[in-house]
Amino acid sequence: MAEAVRELKFRGGGFAPGRKRWTALVFFALVLGIWQLAGSRGWVSPLFLPSPLAIFEALRAEAISGNLWIHLTASLQRIGLGWVLGTLAGLALGLAMGLFTLARSVGLPLVSAFFPIPKIALLPLFILWFGIGEASKLVTIGMGVFFPTVVAAYSGVDTVPRNLVRMAQSFSLPYSAIVWKVVLPGAMATIVAGFRITVSLALILVVAAEMIGAEYGLGAFIISAGHLMMTDRLLGGVVCLSILGLLAGTGITLLERRLLHWR
Amino acid sequence: MQVIAEAIGHDYGPLPVLENVDLAVREGEVLAIIGPSGCGKSTLLSILGGLLQPSRGRVLLKGQPQADCLNPLTFVFQDFALLPWRSVAGNVELVLEHHRLGSAERRRRVADALARTGLSDFAAALPKQLSGGMRQRVGIARALAVRPAVLLLDEPLSALDAQTRELLLEDFESLWVRERTTAIYVTHNLSEALRLADRVAVFSRRPGRLKELVEIPLPRGQRSGAQAQVELAALHDRLWGLIRAEAQSAVTELEHG
Ligand SMILES: Nc1ncnc2c1ncn2[C@@H]1O[C@H](COP(=O)(O)OP(=O)(O)OP(=O)(O)O)[C@@H](O)[C@H]1O
Ligand SMILES: [Mg+2]
Repeated sequence: MAEAVRELKFRGGGFAPGRKRWTALVFFALVLGIWQLAGSRGWVSPLFLPSPLAIFEALRAEAISGNLWIHLTASLQRIGLGWVLGTLAGLALGLAMGLFTLARSVGLPLVSAFFPIPKIALLPLFILWFGIGEASKLVTIGMGVFFPTVVAAYSGVDTVPRNLVRMAQSFSLPYSAIVWKVVLPGAMATIVAGFRITVSLALILVVAAEMIGAEYGLGAFIISAGHLMMTDRLLGGVVCLSILGLLAGTGITLLERRLLHWR
Repeated sequence: MQVIAEAIGHDYGPLPVLENVDLAVREGEVLAIIGPSGCGKSTLLSILGGLLQPSRGRVLLKGQPQADCLNPLTFVFQDFALLPWRSVAGNVELVLEHHRLGSAERRRRVADALARTGLSDFAAALPKQLSGGMRQRVGIARALAVRPAVLLLDEPLSALDAQTRELLLEDFESLWVRERTTAIYVTHNLSEALRLADRVAVFSRRPGRLKELVEIPLPRGQRSGAQAQVELAALHDRLWGLIRAEAQSAVTELEHG
């Protein structure tokens, strides 16, 4: 009797989620379309969920009047300054913790204790200390950025293969050269990945801080629109935040390409 | 320059790894170190190269390195230890940058080291673009660029496949035929030792002691003839006899904890 012959079945080549730009765009357009339709057909009340076009109109009006730019600039300045301060301080402590035993022994418990505190909970305290003005907001954002940066920096240093440091020592590279040429570049991937997190944290914190007490800023813009039940303006502000987040993410991707092109 | 180990002993915590090692590396020779896995070969090499402080004993250096030498004791690593973010030339340059060389002299040294390892066409490539054998050549080029007095090689070929290993063996052979750089070459592989070494230091299993120093009386580069092969085969048997028992008991020790 002849053996039955059958073709080998392909069993899979490993899970590999890819990316299709067009699918994303089409899906996005579809959602917007249905949303717009729901608004114009009166399926949902424009007060509770204004249509995309209405949001766009509201945003355009704010932009033309110049109002939007005042709020946007205020927020951007706070994010920029707060992020830079928090990042610089965080890198300083984090790298020190990666390199020195003393700094690590001191820093580790400190980070474990303070990292989990939602920094916005400290804003009232910072207002008492620094007043209601810019300083208390900057400190809140800076603190929010500081701790994740510390963690990213010292774990980045930890990921640098020890054999590279040994290699550098075996060629008698001075300490500073080992830090600059071996440790820092090796830690850069983790540090930049940390930026991705801290930039969105800064965005979240600036809005929260501005909602609590600010005349200008996207947070203030959104909360005042809410008080006036102007949901189109409110959502316009949210759209601005989303765009800011996207821009920041793109910026960091560009930074990664530049700094980590070797990967 | 001569490297002399005097009564070297080393413990990792409670684990004794090396015991009373006396070893004088002669100027211009290639000394192979063989011994069972875990007997402390890498530990000894680190001690000889100043990367590890021995628990007991000391390392002496006799004589001066030649004038153009920038790093007398220079390692070639098993895992290559290349900076992935630097190009081939950049990796070689790394070990020259902190020396007071004119930029022309530095460029000359990089170009020369790359030429001697057949890497000139790959100066701008990143390590990830190279095969394992090419990466180790970068490791060798980097070592040559500082004009070492003593090369310390810790199983430089063991991360490579058999064919690549053979090609690099030939490179080493011709390197040590052309110029007499002193070298200490740790290996698992008897035939590597027999191809390259002037003397073979055989170590016992852990704690490693120097069991025997075996001379290979044939000049390198004249070890392929029929007569030489006979002599080498005899040496091979003798060395294998020395390490066989050690390796076996090391393995059973591992199996039975
Ligand atoms: N940093 C360390 N801390 C503790 N123990 C270590 C350390 N390095 C090596 N050892 C142990 O010391 C012993 C000798 O290690 P070593 O790497 O010198 O051996 P080796 O002869 O090079 O081995 P192999 O042939 O596997 O490379 C091994 O048992 C190893 O587990
Ligand atoms: Mg070893």
